[in-house]
Amino acid sequence: MSVLVNESTHVVVQGLTGREGGFHAEQMIAYGTKVVAGVTPGKGGTLHLDVPVFDTVADAVRVAHANAAAIFVPPPYAADAILEGIDAGLPLVVCITEGIPTLDMVRVAAALRASKTTLIGPNCPGIISPGKCKIGIMPGQIHRPGHVGVVSRSGTLTYEAVDQLTRLGIGQSTCIGIGGDPIIGTTHLDAVRLFNEDPDTHAIIMIGEIGGNAEQLAAEYVGKHVKKPVVGFIAGQTAPPGRRMGHAGAIISGGSGTAEEKYEAMAKAGIHCVQSPADIGQTVAAVLGKAATR
Amino acid sequence: MKIHEYQAKEIFRRFGVPTPRGEMVTKAADARGVAERLGTKVVVVKAQIHAGGRGKGGGVKLARSVDEAQQLASKILGMTLVTPQTGPAGRLVRRLLIEEGLDIKRELYLSILVDRAVEAPVIMASSAGGMEIEEVAKKDPSAILRETVRPATGLQPYQVRKLAFGLGLGADGAKVLGPFLQSLYRAFNETDSSLAEINPLVLTGDGKLIALDGKMNFDDNALYRHPDLAELRDLDEEDALEVEASKFKLNYIKLDGAIGCMVNGAGLAMATMDIIKLSGGSPANFLDVGGGANAEQIKNAFKILTSDPEVRGVFINIFGGILRCDVLATGVVAACRELQLKLPVIVRMEGTNVDQGRQILRDSKLNFTIAEGMKDGAEKSVRLAAQGGAR
Repeated sequence: MSVLVNESTHVVVQGLTGREGGFHAEQMIAYGTKVVAGVTPGKGGTLHLDVPVFDTVADAVRVAHANAAAIFVPPPYAADAILEGIDAGLPLVVCITEGIPTLDMVRVAAALRASKTTLIGPNCPGIISPGKCKIGIMPGQIHRPGHVGVVSRSGTLTYEAVDQLTRLGIGQSTCIGIGGDPIIGTTHLDAVRLFNEDPDTHAIIMIGEIGGNAEQLAAEYVGKHVKKPVVGFIAGQTAPPGRRMGHAGAIISGGSGTAEEKYEAMAKAGIHCVQSPADIGQTVAAVLGKAATR
Repeated sequence: MKIHEYQAKEIFRRFGVPTPRGEMVTKAADARGVAERLGTKVVVVKAQIHAGGRGKGGGVKLARSVDEAQQLASKILGMTLVTPQTGPAGRLVRRLLIEEGLDIKRELYLSILVDRAVEAPVIMASSAGGMEIEEVAKKDPSAILRETVRPATGLQPYQVRKLAFGLGLGADGAKVLGPFLQSLYRAFNETDSSLAEINPLVLTGDGKLIALDGKMNFDDNALYRHPDLAELRDLDEEDALEVEASKFKLNYIKLDGAIGCMVNGAGLAMATMDIIKLSGGSPANFLDVGGGANAEQIKNAFKILTSDPEVRGVFINIFGGILRCDVLATGVVAACRELQLKLPVIVRMEGTNVDQGRQILRDSKLNFTIAEGMKDGAEKSVRLAAQGGAR
């Protein structure tokens, strides 16, 4: 099993005929993802990469039975694209786009609360259940099917962690890149909860970074409800306060959101804290080894 | 993006938020004319830099005559102002705001910012005007009033009343605070601000609320729809290398260590800084070349990070996803050739087209050190930078 995406995920790519959307849709199809539709207003009725293109997401749902969206549209139009996915009743919307204005996301967050849609992102690498479905831009070949759930705000740092796991022969159930923006759909807490409820996920990796308190909230939940081993890493231990470290959300403001306080919350919750990003895979191997012999 | 106080106050006035009368000057001689035009007994001379705590550093002074205004202006203009927020190096003062003095009865704190925890703008207010809000939050968090503004309903009258009575302004104060807050919220919302802060907000003897100070930060992601605001950017207030990097759409932040870092992805870039520290070194910068970098951008990134005179070695840590390792290697080789770089360069590459990338590095016959994994790369960087980093 896995969470959120699997063999029965049918994807509509919003922005399929664009450069980014086209390139990554091709990669997704090559990985085995069922891309059933694309949406580009005005190009409805055409084919792109042998995939039927529709004018609206609603059409893609009605005709091609899409049940998840991948969004690759430019930032000025991305919030609207998410809202269209929510309006079409899609259970899952994955928004890869980086650079969406924060106040646009305030409106999207309000619409999400009143819907049944799960949003992943924006400004994220996407989600992959290895061997089953990939929605996003991560290199598929570094993944391997298995039982570790990975949640992270970062793209390449997640690849790094996954690569370490795969080299050690440890596969992943699902890897979720939740994105580096201040306002996002699925949070660390949401992802950890999903992994906790998934019987096929045996251990969880939580990769966070400075800024906000999402990791602390997830840690609190882990302390109360999670019996599976959880391994945690926080990027930005050396980041100066008051500076945005690339991600719009990665900033220590008013002395809060530091790596130190996040590590403290994770340690208190019984999470296995990793100080060096090179030791994530090893630590998972060690805790899984212990769990197996218990 | 940050702007100056005088610019924030111009925006405030455009939306109907009352501010003291005043003008910005860049020459001390002009301060005199402004003080004369203002015609108040007291005028305030305020240094304009992108950092708070200006009063503590001697950048805000009261003048009781036009002569004194000019004297103070010539003293403050051109001084290097050191405040708790500038760091020890301080900031050169190039502009002043000359304002009328006011009859101040009370000083309050007021701000609007996007609170990521509630996913909406929040109005924060406190009776402790003039104090840093972070200090208030530490000493007495209950002294800070908070009202969330939901996009569907906007700012409601009951929220204004809660704030007004909470601040002890009473029923009369609520009548003044209502339009003030609506104007400020409109200014925040319609300029895509990430922060609008007034500290202090003053209540005058005749019962008016006036923004004695003003600070606005804008959401960089939204500047495309506010070309007029983008023009308010003051490059003098930013690090020269960071300005250069932003021209090439590179995320670069200068730090004070000796190992220059080039990484793709913000999370991995932070983690790379961390592992350098864990290996006993210190990063010279944060640099995220992004997912879609081409060879030209890599070359520019390399130039920027090696033009920092503190750099003694370069650690390149790339996990190729969309950014292919062969593209990266081509850019790095071109940059090293062009710059005739003598510094040690340690390369750790993984992911898409890694074999081609390594081949390009080998074929170049340049002196690269190839690392296996992040840890190895960080350790080699620290060692080589300590040994060979003479330039």
